[in-house]
Amino acid sequence: MIHIDVQKQLLTADGPMALSVRADIAQGEFVTLFGKSGAGKTTLLRMLAGLNDPDRGSIAVDGETWFDSARAVRRRPQARRVGFVFQDYALFPNLSVRGNLEFALDHRRDQPLIDELLGLTDLTALQHRRPIELSGGQRQRVALARALARRPRILLLDEPLSALDANTRLRLQDELLQLHRRFGLTTLLVSHDLSEVFKLSDRVLAIEHGCLVRQGSPLSVFGERLVSGKVEFTGEVLAIERNDVVYAVSVLVNNRIVNVIATDEEVRELRIGDKVLLFSKAYQPMLQRIRS
Amino acid sequence: MTIDWAPLALTFRLAVVTTAILLALGIPLAYALAFGRFRLKPVVATLVSMPLVLPPSVLGFYLLLAFSPQNAFGQFLHARFDLQFVFSFPGLVLGSLIFSLPFMTQPIQAGLEGLPASLLEAADTLGKSRVTTLVRVLLPNIKPALLAGVVLTFAHTIGEFGVVLMIGGNIPGVTRVASLAIYDEVESLNYPAAHVYAGVLFAVTFAILLAVHVINKRWLRPL
Repeated sequence: MIHIDVQKQLLTADGPMALSVRADIAQGEFVTLFGKSGAGKTTLLRMLAGLNDPDRGSIAVDGETWFDSARAVRRRPQARRVGFVFQDYALFPNLSVRGNLEFALDHRRDQPLIDELLGLTDLTALQHRRPIELSGGQRQRVALARALARRPRILLLDEPLSALDANTRLRLQDELLQLHRRFGLTTLLVSHDLSEVFKLSDRVLAIEHGCLVRQGSPLSVFGERLVSGKVEFTGEVLAIERNDVVYAVSVLVNNRIVNVIATDEEVRELRIGDKVLLFSKAYQPMLQRIRS
Repeated sequence: MTIDWAPLALTFRLAVVTTAILLALGIPLAYALAFGRFRLKPVVATLVSMPLVLPPSVLGFYLLLAFSPQNAFGQFLHARFDLQFVFSFPGLVLGSLIFSLPFMTQPIQAGLEGLPASLLEAADTLGKSRVTTLVRVLLPNIKPALLAGVVLTFAHTIGEFGVVLMIGGNIPGVTRVASLAIYDEVESLNYPAAHVYAGVLFAVTFAILLAVHVINKRWLRPL
């Protein structure tokens, strides 16, 4: 059980912002902190790990006080037993994959755990490589395995999958879920990828401008806004070409180029580089499973 | 022509001792300047970099005064610890330590500051003490900076003139290092001997710096 009740003044790109969050997280839960960048999600995660301190408030885990401004309690990160996966992975460049994992051990003789983690994350064959020789997805798995080698009670993940390609991301989401269950972890994930949130989390804490605005299951948090018959995407205009009486507009949507027919009138207001909403109302969208 | 090799031997002995001691002192000092949060940090940083701009003779002059047996402090050191820094090899070492301090500290500090902050934070969350992290993670990742510090300190100590003249006093066989010997030989118009000393110093410093460039290029690529 994690109890968080913290306040902190932050300086963001949009000026000062008051982060104020109060939440309880049950043992074994997979919770996502969802929100725009700069909303305070990462700071919240770092406060749990002890890398940043709140201005006021308290953090308690399983009845132990980790932070309490009123009683001047502050447990060092070293004594908190959390696994933290950084956005840039923070692998030690001088150590091999195995060396990175061993660094996290309390006792060097705990080698069976290392072997198990290497196996679970499919890194056994790469264990003597240096981080610089690995792909992004492999580095991510090393970072995850290293965090687990600490035998943490809480796993904190700061947008760990955001830099990876779609396929790798899907595979790692599965692995993450597996490890979460296998080690009985309480996991907090910072993410702004909706499919990730739906796939992984039991509960979502939606944070906007430093405040917890909604919480609950993914469907209950996003349901009202997202569930509708309308299909819509945002995209960027790449090209506008005249084609007899109509125009063909190329729109970049999620790294794919979609060609849309547009009339003279519609094109008049469009410039290359404009952000546009691409939507379809009248047709029933079709679903088909993608076989990977 | 007989060449007195003692000044060269003394020069290299001084450089080795100074570099070894400064490596041990420079790492914690650079760590404190890179990561520490204390009020006097700007003052400490300024003092460390002072020798870069201070005329060596000024430093030598103050050291001479401070450790002179005619002074209370110098007397105390001599009576209590049997230490005499004026006109002695320990004095040369002390002067060189202070004078070469920024050449060791600054590259290491820059190297530490150049590492991603997340490395230190990751080690913290993995439960490791700052000393363990320094030894197992930080230092191995700033090898080029450590090498630069060692080489610059070594080369700078070899070339030192003003401080060693003031506090050492140019005593043959005791404090007469090669840079002073060159000056003496030129003064007495003994150019062949000056050529030998100068040539050796030139060749050695060139070889050291060349080796550093090659090592940094080949083996210590930034990670």
